[in-house]
This record gives sequence, structure tokens and C-alpha cells, in this order.
Amino acid sequence: MERIPILKMGEYLLVTIQVDMHDRLAMTLQDDLTAKIVAARARGVLIDISALEIVDSFIGRMLADIAGMSRVLDAETVVVGMRPAVAITLVELGLSLTGVRTALNVERGMELLRRRIAGRNEDDAGSA
Amino acid sequence: MLTEIVAHDEAALLQRWIDNQFNASGFRPDRIGRAELQENSTQFLSSFRRALNSGATDIQGADWAGVRHILDGLSSARAEQGFSPTETATFIFSLKQPLFERARALYANDPARLAEATWEISQVLDKLGLYTAEVFQRGREAVIVRQQQEMLELSTPVVTLWDGILALPLIGTLDSARTQVVMESLLQRIVDSGAAIAIIDITGVPTVDTLTAQHLLKTVAAARLMGADCIISGIRPQIAQTIVHLGVELGSVVTKATLADAFSVALHRAGLAVVQKQAARRKPPADPDRESEGNEA
Repeated sequence: MERIPILKMGEYLLVTIQVDMHDRLAMTLQDDLTAKIVAARARGVLIDISALEIVDSFIGRMLADIAGMSRVLDAETVVVGMRPAVAITLVELGLSLTGVRTALNVERGMELLRRRIAGRNEDDAGSA
Repeated sequence: MLTEIVAHDEAALLQRWIDNQFNASGFRPDRIGRAELQENSTQFLSSFRRALNSGATDIQGADWAGVRHILDGLSSARAEQGFSPTETATFIFSLKQPLFERARALYANDPARLAEATWEISQVLDKLGLYTAEVFQRGREAVIVRQQQEMLELSTPVVTLWDGILALPLIGTLDSARTQVVMESLLQRIVDSGAAIAIIDITGVPTVDTLTAQHLLKTVAAARLMGADCIISGIRPQIAQTIVHLGVELGSVVTKATLADAFSVALHRAGLAVVQKQAARRKPPADPDRESEGNEA
């Protein structure tokens, strides 16, 4: 069965969506990603959707869900590389993904993740 | 029969026709000169004769292509010059009178043929007249569509204020169609320039109602999805009052009264600051060298 690869890089997980998402694939990704976050004890998840051309409300909600699940598992999520047409579609669908962090490209996304995680480490150290 | 009428002393017919056009009530000597009219008429008459010689009666046919081409050029030119449809169609209809006179002279002794010729002339010229009006209308519509397009493009420039800071000065009413254009151009520029901050300046937006506010919020949300933060600036006092009275919730969007304020926030977020030049601040008026330096800067 088709799967979306999840790459581990240090304490980050990289998910690059290179194919058009269909509902089954999205559900599998949710399962795989949550399992992987726990197994790899990841602190940050970066989802690159620069190749995604078509989104519907289901995929939009799935992105929001993944971000929410990662947060519960104590991992920051950044969605990067959204295309203008996709952004407009999501907004028109009423899904502005308020809980999801976004960045323009992978580089900016990694920078954001590093900053967030560094900030959280400081907070943890401060409270301990 | 019509061929015969037209071919007989064409120069005199042309002269009569041009005079007729000149004396028509809708003639505009301020918009078109006699020389141009003469040229148009001559060209038309010669292709008209050729088309008649071919024997075809359908003016949409290949034999009439020359005539149609001339009428196309003439109608669209006159549409752009601001002629009215009547004035444009007069070009064709003023040919009727000279042709009728011809027919009357040629078939004075044969009422049946005269009636037939009159019918034939009427039919052909009516068709051509209608065709002219149609092309004229198309020309006008093309002008309108082009202007609409130009207005859309004109009113939505995205300017780069600084490396990584974009500004979108909105001018005019923000309806759905414009929001779409604005959003697309803004998002495309975000991708192209890699900007992290966009300032939407609404100084030029005359009124803000709930719909406009919703469109603004959509644009902000879409930019955020692309990883860029938006600041809304240029909110006039009346607009601030309207927004509150309408109960519009701008949520977490940063708003500033002027573009300058928004720009300084953007610079701050980008880790930049504008500082006054030291030399300019303590410029001793007695020192001429200093002064020239200051002027250069």
C-alpha cells in the first residue's frame, strides 16, 4: 500500500507530501506520524506540502488534526511550502488552520522549529 | 441589377455619397476629416463593387470578406473615437439615397424593375448597416472589458518596502472579485520574494462594511498559511468607529493607524531599526566642510 515516508533527523521528523492526498492516505499518515513521534521521541514535526496542488476540506482538517495530535504528544508542528492557490482554497473553505504554525519554505520552517524548541527548553529549565 | 447601378459612373456616385455623409445630421467634422472620409468611402465602394460582381448575396460569405474587413476597421476605429452607433451606421445608410436616385434614373420607364432594384439595394445596405452596428458594439465592449481589466491591475500593486517586507496599498472598494485578485498577487509576491511580513494599507478604501472586513481577514488568513504575518494599516477614525459599531472581530490581526507605524513594527520584527545619522544631528553651523558633507548625504 502507498505510504508517505516520515524521515527522522535528530529530534525532528520530516514529512514531505509528494503525491496528491486521498482520504485513506491521510488517515495512514496520521497513524504513522503519531506512532513515529512517540517511537522517536520527536520534539518537532515539519510537514512540507509544496507539491500538494489540490486540497479539500478533509485534507485541510487533517493538517489541523495532525498539528493538534503532535501538540498533545509534545512536538511542535510547522506546515511549510503551501501554494498560493491552496492557501486561497483553504481560506475559502473556512479553514484558516489557526492552530497550525506555517512557514514559507523548509528553511524558514526549520528555523522556526529550532527557535520554538529552544524557547520551550528554556521554559522547561526555568520551571524545573 | 445592383451591379449595374453601382458600376455606372462610380466617381459621381462616390461624390454624391460623401456629400450626403457630410450633410447628415449626425456628422462629426470635429472627429473625422474630409480626407479620411473620402479614403474610407473610396475603399468601401471599390470592394463593394467587387463583392457585387461576384454575385454572392450573403454578406457573411467569403466574397464579402473585403467589405467586412473595411467595415470592421471603420467601426472599431469609430467606437474608440467615441462615435455613437447612429453616427457610425450613417456611413452605410447614407449610401441609400444616391443609389435610389440612380435606380430611379435608370429604370424610369420600368416600374417593376425599379421596385425590384429598390428592394435589392435596401436589403444589402440594411444587412451591411446592421453588421456595422454589431461590430461597433463589439468594439465598445472590448474597450469596456479592457478598461475593467486595467482597473483591476492598476488598483492592486504589491510594493516591496524593504527586504522581506511587502506593502499592499488598497485603493477603492474591496469586493469579492478584487479580493481574489489582491490575494493572488499578494501570495504570489510572498512566494517570489520570500517576504515574512505584509502590510495591508486601507487608507484608500472608502468604506469598510462587514463584507469588506471579511475579505480583509481572508487575505490575512491566506497570507498566514503561506507563513507571512499581516499588519493592517491606514485605518481612519471613521473606519475604526464603523468596525466597532458593526461588531467586526479582527481577532489577532495587528492594526495600526498609519503605514509608518506598521512599517516600524515590521522593521522591529525583522530585527531592524531606523536610526538618525550622527553627523546630521550635531552639525555645527560654523564648519563649512561639515555642512557640504551633510548636504551630500
